Amino acid sequence: MEKKMGCMRATLIATIFSLSFTFEVAYSQDQLWISEAGKYQLSYISELNPVPINQMHSWIMHIETVNGEPLEGASITVEGGMPEHDHGLPTTPRMTEELGAGDYRIEGMRFHMNGIWEITTTITTGNNRDVCIIPIEL
Amino acid sequence: MRDIFTKKKLLRGFLAALLLGFFLWLYAGNKNPYPWTTNEIKVLKTLHIDNLTRALPNLSNSVSENSLAARLGHSLFFDTRLSANGQVSCATCHQPKKSFTDQRRRGIGIGFSRRNTRSIVGSAYSPWLYSDGRKDSLWSQALSPLEDPNEHGSNRMRLAKLLANDSHYQTIYESVFGPLPDISDPGRYPADASPLRENLKPAWNSMSAEDQELINEIFVNIGKAIAAYERLLVPGPSRFDSYVRGVAENNLKNQEPLFNDSEIRGLRLFISKANCIDCHNGPLFTNNEFHNTGVISSPNDVPDKGRIDGIRIVKTDVFNCMGIYSNDPDQSCDELEFSRIDMPELIGAIRTPSLRNIESSSPYMHGGQIETLTEVIEHYNRAPLSLIGHNEAKPLSLSRFERRDLLAFLKTLGGPLSTDQKWLTTPGTSDQ
Repeated sequence: MEKKMGCMRATLIATIFSLSFTFEVAYSQDQLWISEAGKYQLSYISELNPVPINQMHSWIMHIETVNGEPLEGASITVEGGMPEHDHGLPTTPRMTEELGAGDYRIEGMRFHMNGIWEITTTITTGNNRDVCIIPIEL
Repeated sequence: MRDIFTKKKLLRGFLAALLLGFFLWLYAGNKNPYPWTTNEIKVLKTLHIDNLTRALPNLSNSVSENSLAARLGHSLFFDTRLSANGQVSCATCHQPKKSFTDQRRRGIGIGFSRRNTRSIVGSAYSPWLYSDGRKDSLWSQALSPLEDPNEHGSNRMRLAKLLANDSHYQTIYESVFGPLPDISDPGRYPADASPLRENLKPAWNSMSAEDQELINEIFVNIGKAIAAYERLLVPGPSRFDSYVRGVAENNLKNQEPLFNDSEIRGLRLFISKANCIDCHNGPLFTNNEFHNTGVISSPNDVPDKGRIDGIRIVKTDVFNCMGIYSNDPDQSCDELEFSRIDMPELIGAIRTPSLRNIESSSPYMHGGQIETLTEVIEHYNRAPLSLIGHNEAKPLSLSRFERRDLLAFLKTLGGPLSTDQKWLTTPGTSDQ
């Protein structure tokens, strides 16, 4: 019986512990995001920090190979949406400039709701194409 | 026998305890749910009116911040001579005493407007105007009703001549925009002409391109002056804002009774279960974006296609931010440049209205289809299928009591505008 109670207590603690992690969804701009095929790693810096809602702004995306080499000459397309609401971004962001050293300027970013968004970035270099999904919570 | 009594007593005691528990639960559910959590307070603060800083200057309108232009716009806004029958002004539908709406299903000018009259309070903050966002600036929007046969029914030539022939208008116009050209020659400038009115197209087409340009400039400046006036119409603090200030400063005791329990519960629903804040966010309670929320058209009306049409119209509008009448040398038209077109979610999508002073702007929705706020809440609670496109909203399962609480909260969003009283009435004779 004592063993059973101990087991229950442990389960309870584990549940609370895991729940506290479940509710603590936080994505930071310092994070690196690995592309789906594992070719690239991405990070971004928003022109406005924290990322606001209802305000147009730009991002700088930094793209490297998984070995840490800055990716140059790539073509980047950006889409986004809220999985929970089944709708996209209110704008169509676009890569407007390659800044060198793996940095790309993305203009036209605007979010119109708080919640969890996903920014789907497609990276194309020659015949190579890879997709990276960046979650962001506003 | 004694056993039975004991059992009965036990049962009675149990029932009493159950009843007591039920009432305690009811009390706990209904009692003032303050204090709010830190996260909730953070959310509440985003809605506070103090976040409504001065609207950024509209670069496409060089006089958007010019007080003389606002004075001219004020006079024009209330002037019924800006209509074909001399009876319709902007203020006919946008009545200051009714939160700059007309409280009708549809506006009535010379005929019936296509949609419900939206309030223009706080509209300087929106990148898009009209329910479908078919205009991208206040000045460009102001031009449309003037030539709409169902609204003012006038035309740009007649309006230009009105300004030129009225000494008050002429003086103030020239102070703001420079000399008014001489447009008195009826051979070059007929009494009525417009490229948008079928019957006036021949007269317009008979004019030289230079003369057309000249009339367009005056017409656009009328819009820019009206826009300078409309920028001044800004909502003021409501009871909600005082309450949030009290919550944020943890100083509610001195200010009670600011919000009753029902209003507090309603506010909590607004930012949580009822999902209202998804679209009605920020200090104006709107994201000024476009959403299909399954509002059924009025009988005999075809479903409103909303944004999918609006974006096509604004993209090709000669009076848009990228057009030759914009004063922005850099043509920094990010909203237009990065806007979405041809996406399924734009079908039937309508711009989110502000909820400030919402109680005094009934009936609701783009066609005035819904009479009361109670029915609006019921609509969102049901979230019916959309006739066209896809309803983004999902059923809410709000109880009758929760719907009542939400309504109580929405009524706390009323308050006088933070606009000087002199702008809210017809300009005095000295101004005319």
